[in-house]
Amino acid sequence: MEQERTFLEYLRDVSENSSPLDFYLIYDNIDRFFMGAWITIEITFLSLFLGGLLCIPLAIARAYKTPYLNGPIWCFTYFFRGTPLLVQTYLFYFGLGQFEWVRESFLWGPVLSSAWWCVLIAFTLNTAAYTTEFLRGAIESTPWGEIEASKASGMSPWTRMRRIVLPSSFRRALPAYSNEVIFMVHGSVVASTVTLQDLLGVGRWLNGRYYLAYEGFITAMVFYMCIVFMISKGFKFAENRWLGHLRQRDTSLDEADEPVLIAIR
Amino acid sequence: MNFKKLALAAVVGIMALAGGQANAGDALRIGVEGAYPPFSWKEADGTLKGFDIDVAYALCEKMNRECTLVEQEWDGMIPALISRKFDAIVASMSITEDRKKRVDFSVKYYNTPSRMVAKDGAGFEVTQAGMAGKKIGVQRGTTHQCFVEKNFPDSEVVLYTSQEDVFADLASGRIDAQSSDALQAEEGFLNTDAGKGFAFIGGDQDDIPCLGEGAGIAVRKGDSIVTEFNNAIQAIRADGTYAKFNDMYFAMDIYGN
Repeated sequence: MEQERTFLEYLRDVSENSSPLDFYLIYDNIDRFFMGAWITIEITFLSLFLGGLLCIPLAIARAYKTPYLNGPIWCFTYFFRGTPLLVQTYLFYFGLGQFEWVRESFLWGPVLSSAWWCVLIAFTLNTAAYTTEFLRGAIESTPWGEIEASKASGMSPWTRMRRIVLPSSFRRALPAYSNEVIFMVHGSVVASTVTLQDLLGVGRWLNGRYYLAYEGFITAMVFYMCIVFMISKGFKFAENRWLGHLRQRDTSLDEADEPVLIAIR
Repeated sequence: MNFKKLALAAVVGIMALAGGQANAGDALRIGVEGAYPPFSWKEADGTLKGFDIDVAYALCEKMNRECTLVEQEWDGMIPALISRKFDAIVASMSITEDRKKRVDFSVKYYNTPSRMVAKDGAGFEVTQAGMAGKKIGVQRGTTHQCFVEKNFPDSEVVLYTSQEDVFADLASGRIDAQSSDALQAEEGFLNTDAGKGFAFIGGDQDDIPCLGEGAGIAVRKGDSIVTEFNNAIQAIRADGTYAKFNDMYFAMDIYGN
């Protein structure tokens, strides 16, 4: 207890006298930042999950040029990849709220009137569009040998898709997907523009409440860096686990040769 | 050898640039918002209009200075002033103790009360208990954020970037009430088509620590230009310029007492 109080006093003293940043205010409001971080993580990963589910049938339909579906899906991905996430979110949040019939529909009360849902829908469709396109690429580039082998062993098209094509494509799409996940974390700051108290929202709240310039942003930045760090570690693990067979073999000289090299240097 | 000369040239060049920025003539850069009618708004062609804008130009004229207006979103207003994006804020900023820790203020140039707005006949009392569980919208970084967070701890406070967004969501029913400057709410919302079916609830709010003592012109701490602003405000009050602007936008005297 004693220890804690002296630490707080120290923090207050540093903040008031010698530091350009007010660490005491940050410390005092750190629980809000954790709540904001939770909203950011929740909305990002929920939309990635839902977008991920949505993209599988869309990617298959695109890869096999399914009649009647290929065109509309192309339009969908073109629209969501061709416009900024911010504009899409505004469209769902401010745009839909303009219309009387939307406000009177049964969806308004539980879903469209809430910022959380509007953001989730926009983010889900956005990430679904991106994931569809690179999963399609992965499906199309499935090595012909794998498909031939599965045909030779008598798998039906459905079994082939389930056992061979999709698992193989997922693995090859993994490195591209890690980028998409990080972009979504960064893109999630858009949520704060439509009143959601995500990480950046809390940062802006702190700045607004105490008329500060940097404290809120810098704290949010540190949180974002931690989140992205954990994501990239996670993907590194996943790539080693599921993509190991495609990794470049280590072709450098054996350890036994090292002393020779050092001697030459 | 040559590297040293190059480095020197670079340093001199940077200093020249920095110096040029610090004293770009005597032109005064004034931060304004442009999303707060009738105090400031932006016409379709991009020109800024409103009471704050007219006051800003009139003050500059009295101070014999050339002025350029710089648009800035509200929640970055004080940070932008401190980081020298502009030299003064003329944007209906209330003079409060919290803000005085970061910036200096001129004397007030108007003082109007704050009130809440909700759907006509919304049927709840403007008390902590009456507003419990209700969603109250305010603009982020305003005195109203302070007021609502302090006085209605049982309500959900929803923060917006601009006052226009607050009204948009009040109209669409996402929030139950909003708190803001009464005059601005009347002119900028209640008297417009979007504000049909809405009305003030509760009386004028009374909380000087949060709401402040009127709107002033904010400058960086210790900047002597504040006395020039004070004199200029006296001058436009005395020569009728202020009254002319007041009557252009408002039916009542907004200077307050």
